[in-house]
Amino acid sequence: MSSVLAEALRYLNDPLVWTRPRGLLDLTGQHLVMTLAAVGAAAALALPLGAWLGHSGRGSGLVVAISNTSRALPTLAIILLLATAGLFGNTATVIAAGIFAAPVLLAGAYDGVRGADRAARDAARGLGYSPAGVLWRVEVPLAVPLVAAGVRTAIVQVVATIPLAALAGGGGLGQVIQLGMGTQRYGQVLAGGVLVAALCLVVDGVLAVAQRMVTPRALRDA
Amino acid sequence: MPGNPWFSWSWVADNADLLATRTWQHLLLTLEAVAIAATIAVPLALLVVRRRRLAASVVGVAAVLYTVPSLALFAILAPVLGIGRTPVLVGLVAYALLVLLRQTLAGLQSVDPAVLDAARGVGYGPVQVTARVRLAAALPAVVSGLRLATVSTVALVTVGVVVGYGGLGQLMFEGFRNNFHRAEISAAALACLLLAFLLDVALWAAGRALTPWTRRTT
Repeated sequence: MSSVLAEALRYLNDPLVWTRPRGLLDLTGQHLVMTLAAVGAAAALALPLGAWLGHSGRGSGLVVAISNTSRALPTLAIILLLATAGLFGNTATVIAAGIFAAPVLLAGAYDGVRGADRAARDAARGLGYSPAGVLWRVEVPLAVPLVAAGVRTAIVQVVATIPLAALAGGGGLGQVIQLGMGTQRYGQVLAGGVLVAALCLVVDGVLAVAQRMVTPRALRDA
Repeated sequence: MPGNPWFSWSWVADNADLLATRTWQHLLLTLEAVAIAATIAVPLALLVVRRRRLAASVVGVAAVLYTVPSLALFAILAPVLGIGRTPVLVGLVAYALLVLLRQTLAGLQSVDPAVLDAARGVGYGPVQVTARVRLAAALPAVVSGLRLATVSTVALVTVGVVVGYGGLGQLMFEGFRNNFHRAEISAAALACLLLAFLLDVALWAAGRALTPWTRRTT
């Protein structure tokens, strides 16, 4: 075990490992770009749909069913199936991670808009707001904390899921783990695992600050 | 690619034995992981629930651990515990534990203090209060935690293939290596979904049977 640890430290201490082309810095960049693409695409579809369903009060059963079943969906299988269709590596991973993130975002947007204070909604209606006005100027701002929490969860989970891409020839930090497993260099495996975990924590921390900033002042607790 | 259908009943029929073996492995691993996690999580939650600071930090640590990616966790455990079933089981227990702990604590914290006072007032001792009031009141939350943990564990087992033990994940990966055999991957994925669904329904039914008071009868 200690030799594995020493090997991991030696690996992480080698500047060339970080800075060479397709080194750790490149892979981290790739990892983040893939995350952004996946969550961005999923958000473009899921957030408006969730907000609209929440606003109209329709489809609650659908939302619950989708967010429950999707938990059981093995991302690995989606990545591998897309690969068999000729979609290798990064594209397949972005799609699979998007499929993975969409239900979380959908549920967040739905619950957020659905749970907006009834009295506030009625008051806006009484002031003569149009349905779109109610949605945009009352329900959406009230939903921001839940939506932001959903986005944060989705992004962190996607950062943690992208490593699976390496199993189907994709990029990102999973490559380090996959390569280490293949060549039985467990120090490198450990280093890769620690790096991905650290990236998750850093991203989560940054997002926690961002979440606080986008929450309307009146809705922040103390 | 002709001759490589997305799904094939004949593959399922021809490989029924293999599919059953892998599903059985998958099921056992899931049940074992969730059971171990539950035996740790429920007593731990009871232990920390009355100490607010401690409860908050336990939930915080659990949330941080939950962000560790599965591939990375299995990969980190592999050099320590070797290749095979053990690292997968340990990883699965860790993830299930976090979900169960959070849900159980939330359930225990939501118990109405007036109800606890009333129980003490009618002469219940601390053990009875815990067993017959606290735990009973938290039961719905625990059951929903168990459902969540079980369903996500079923999906997570497949990733165990990277350290050599993935249940149905094994089939997915073999199908991929075996000339991109789609039928094998999709059959394994569907078996996974079906397994998760059946376990979820079973837990839902068990929870319903255990908490008859949550059903309003008029």
